[in-house]
Amino acid sequence: MPFVRRLKRNLVVVAGLLTLGYLLLPNVIVTVFSFNDPKGRFNYAWQRFSTDAWTDPCGVADLCGSLSVSLQIAAWATLGATVLGTMTAFALVRYRFRARGAVNALIFLPMAMPEVVMAASLLTLFLNMGAELGFWTVLIAHIMFCLSFVVTAVKARVMSMDPRLEQAAQDLYAGPVQTFLRVTLPIAAPGIAAGALLAFALSFDDFIITNFNAGSTVTFPMFVWGSAQRGTPVQINVIGTAMFVVAVLCVLAGLVVADRRQRRTS
Amino acid sequence: MTTDRGGDVRLSGISKTYGSFTAVHPLDLTVPQGSFFALLGASGCGKTTTLRMIAGLEEPTAGTVSLGGRDVTALPPYKRPVNTVFQSYALFPHLDVFENVAFGLRRRGIKSVKKQVGEMLDLVQLGEQARRKPHQLSGGQQQRVAVARALINHPEVLLLDEPLGALDLKLRRQMQLELKRIQTEVGITFVHVTHDQEEAMTMADTVAVMNAGRVEQLGAPADLYENPRTTFVANFLGTSNLIEAKVETASGDDLVVEAAGQRLTLPAARCAAPAAAGGAVLLGVRPEKISLTPADDADRVPAGRNRVTGRITAGSFLGVSTQYVVDCPACPEFEVYVQNIDRDPRLVPGAEVVLHWDPAHSFGLDAAQDIDAGVETAGADEEVAAR
Repeated sequence: MPFVRRLKRNLVVVAGLLTLGYLLLPNVIVTVFSFNDPKGRFNYAWQRFSTDAWTDPCGVADLCGSLSVSLQIAAWATLGATVLGTMTAFALVRYRFRARGAVNALIFLPMAMPEVVMAASLLTLFLNMGAELGFWTVLIAHIMFCLSFVVTAVKARVMSMDPRLEQAAQDLYAGPVQTFLRVTLPIAAPGIAAGALLAFALSFDDFIITNFNAGSTVTFPMFVWGSAQRGTPVQINVIGTAMFVVAVLCVLAGLVVADRRQRRTS
Repeated sequence: MTTDRGGDVRLSGISKTYGSFTAVHPLDLTVPQGSFFALLGASGCGKTTTLRMIAGLEEPTAGTVSLGGRDVTALPPYKRPVNTVFQSYALFPHLDVFENVAFGLRRRGIKSVKKQVGEMLDLVQLGEQARRKPHQLSGGQQQRVAVARALINHPEVLLLDEPLGALDLKLRRQMQLELKRIQTEVGITFVHVTHDQEEAMTMADTVAVMNAGRVEQLGAPADLYENPRTTFVANFLGTSNLIEAKVETASGDDLVVEAAGQRLTLPAARCAAPAAAGGAVLLGVRPEKISLTPADDADRVPAGRNRVTGRITAGSFLGVSTQYVVDCPACPEFEVYVQNIDRDPRLVPGAEVVLHWDPAHSFGLDAAQDIDAGVETAGADEEVAAR
């Protein structure tokens, strides 16, 4: 049985491909249905090929507005969480201070707490403080829950960093600022970048916490949820596919740059 | 190339304590300009702390550091005219070889670094590797980048913190000679920290042996080896046979001592301890100074030599020499290295022998010390070095 033998020999590859297929199938469906021309309001059954939605992505009322709100919140949340998280990570790794252990543990709390509980608690807090729900309350909430992830990512990188590198920089006439900019930051950069990407992704598609604390502001996930009650415009698939394509392009560009650098130096 | 900006490194009463632990006891040390100076000791003896205080990476608890007559104790590391070659090199992983070497020049605002870096890379034979990242280099190449990165700044003093520890034995020998050559060529003061006594003796003009935060003895390698003043130095630098003895007469140029019924002589000038008749002293002799004669030929041993009788318990043939362990009443594990000139077939374990040596090769130490100080640490380091 040559087929069985070949299957046995390539079992790992087959298993890998099946897993990959399992992971990518939803994305394929999203992409395929972005070219659908549905009958009625729900985009659940394939009718025929059409590029209408792609040529008019903002054709649905409020969709692009909500997308813009989401992108803005994600950008600011990423910036805020990355700056605060990086500083926290450095403090936790580099300095011995009272309650350092407690802070280390507390940082994980937002990750561990059920999101819906956190969302409700935040709402209680904001209402008691008399804050007006909207863009700012969502942003504050997002920075808060992204922080844990940034701290974790950066901490791992800073912990593995040889403290002698900074001493070497100082020994080579770099003052504290130069040492930080020329040595510490570039070496910690991969960890910081990983934390920032994670923060952006988490903030962009957060629904539960946002929904509780957004007031009348509508983010993209809230828009999708809201429209799903009344019908699903094809444009949602278009936006989803576009996000997926942008992400894949970013990864590819990173690989190409790394490959070029590798070739140039070896 | 000569440097006229340099000067002595002078440590005055410098010490370092961490809480209740004293890493370095108050220490006075002068390293003359242009010399190759080694701080030798086992790990934890305070040698690296001393080096880091010169670099400014560690703040002394008390005392001052001065370079060429200028007090630099209060200066941060980036303002001191010294550079360091770190243990495991600490090369910047995100910069290529060229930028690693150029780092110090750029921080001092020098714009055109290309020529200088090129020359420095040629000096350490790494011109071809200029655009590589540190992780793409071998251990020996990384070590040379670290040396180039420090030397390009023409420091008054180059500090080397166990720079050869990560290399294998053959490469280490090669780099020892290479570093010595560079030092002679550039004429900069080198302060070298190492736990490898052989490395210290090969490279340095002056060696300071450190133990438990203190300098035990300081001198030229041959002087330290021949005239150790403490049991630590005697045991840490090479191997010494130490015999507990009682002083019989202490008049004239020679001391006559007695150990296990045998009378031995040592030059009074080579005795580091105050010796009076009736007092105790440790008589030491290096294993390679001793001759072995089978007991049957005892009458052929020339007169006037120190003699001890014993029985061989072990012998290992090393090619160039044979190392024997002899059990004597005066010293239970007497080590003897015999050059492989004429091998006497009677010198096998179990044989009764006479050990004899020129009294002038004996040295005397204070008997109040731990006779085994420095033995274990030296043995462990030799094992590391032998790998």
